[in-house]
Amino acid sequence: MLCQRCKKQQATIHLTEILQNEKRERHLCEDCAREEGVAIKAQVNLQDILSGMLEAHQEAGKEAQLTCPDCGITYAEFRNQGRLGCPHDYEVFAGPLGEVFEKVHGAAQHVGKLPHRAGADSHAQRELLQLRRQLQEAIESEHYEEAARLRDLIRDKETAGETR
Amino acid sequence: MKLDDLIVGPSPWLQPGGPQSDIILSTRVRLARNVAGRPFSSRLTPEQREELEAWLKKAILKSLEPKGVAWFELEGMPDIDRRCLVERHLISRELAGGEGHRGVAIDPSQRIAVMANEEDHIRLQVYSPGLQLDETWRDADEVDDRIEHEVTYTFSPKLGYLTACPTNVGTGMRASVMLHLPGLVLTKQIEKVFRAVARMRLAVRGLYGEGTQATGDIYQISNQVSLGRSEQDILKTLGAVIPQIIAYERQARDVLATESPKYLDDRIFRAWGLLTHARTISSEETLTLLSAARLGIHMARLKGVDIGAINELFLLTRPGHIQKMRGAELSEAERDIARAEYIRKRLGAT
Repeated sequence: MLCQRCKKQQATIHLTEILQNEKRERHLCEDCAREEGVAIKAQVNLQDILSGMLEAHQEAGKEAQLTCPDCGITYAEFRNQGRLGCPHDYEVFAGPLGEVFEKVHGAAQHVGKLPHRAGADSHAQRELLQLRRQLQEAIESEHYEEAARLRDLIRDKETAGETR
Repeated sequence: MKLDDLIVGPSPWLQPGGPQSDIILSTRVRLARNVAGRPFSSRLTPEQREELEAWLKKAILKSLEPKGVAWFELEGMPDIDRRCLVERHLISRELAGGEGHRGVAIDPSQRIAVMANEEDHIRLQVYSPGLQLDETWRDADEVDDRIEHEVTYTFSPKLGYLTACPTNVGTGMRASVMLHLPGLVLTKQIEKVFRAVARMRLAVRGLYGEGTQATGDIYQISNQVSLGRSEQDILKTLGAVIPQIIAYERQARDVLATESPKYLDDRIFRAWGLLTHARTISSEETLTLLSAARLGIHMARLKGVDIGAINELFLLTRPGHIQKMRGAELSEAERDIARAEYIRKRLGAT
């Protein structure tokens, strides 16, 4: 259908006006509608809204299930307790925590004091975390030889870190 | 140094004579730190907790030896002692009420306290009387450096000092100032001040921190932001806001003195009368009355009363301290009688 006003472009806006009990239908193109001051409300598809909501919901669900491989805490658990389980959580939950930083601090980059030591080596820190977890498991499963080996290994790595 | 000596001694945050001490009771800087390569406190197994506490105790005692700190173990400590330490602001309520191995190192002046196995592995804090933001930070920074000689902190170049709660990440610092604001409360302007403070991303809390009521017209104002701003920057914001609040409080006191002197005096002397004559008095009422007496002394309306004694009573009349001084657990009714007796004695009344 062509626009009733310019009769050139395709009519995409379909209006039903009721003036003094008289019903009048008008079919206009977007340009003419704008010129006549007709507010164009985006035609929203209910299906789109629902699927958008579903996606957000699934996203939140996925977020809640994010799990730290080092300490085992899930994002949902963190949300409940308000406390993180280990330093590595800051990487695992980087996405949702980014929003928290924005809200609480309005920033995402540290600019304050720096430690004097090379404690910034996050790889070595993570390795220690993992070794400690293995040590715990070895003790729980009564593998004491393995536990002793891990304990020595942790001690060596810690002293190495301190003299670095 | 024994805990008992510590608990009966004066507390530095109530010493008169600090800068602006008619309005500012104390300044505190707290730093949250965690040891690299370990889970945060809430995820430690009891064995890991025990091992960490023993290790931290050694490290902290060694690094702070020049400060003469002593170690106090929380596990197995009598309830009254724990309460007294909380009332003195030497430990947090979280550490007092926690479980498992945890401890605190305290220096003889009670200005420095370092908690182990709190929400974070290490929570160090330094107190100064009156308004002394830069000086208190300088001392906390030094204590932090000393501990770092023995401990490798968990730190990320992007997020700074990593903490168990993301609200502390970055500097791990909370600087807070304790203010006595009876003038703004009486002139009903305190809410206005709080709204302005909140806009500066500063937090307002009561006498005993998070979630506590502002009793005795005492408030704590502290930074909320710890990431994306340097320690100096954070202190600068507080350093700009606090003097304004001091000015508003002084103004409010002037208004009270010129516009309603009879109402003001009635409040002050009624409080004085009750403090020196009551036979039973609750902890809450005591703080309200002490606040009015303190206001009266600083406005030179209540004369011949030692401000040191009044300040001290803010602390020594808390439930833990009353029981500690009596050397026994007391019921609430017994405490109220003991409290009234102690106040009368301390103020030289009969």
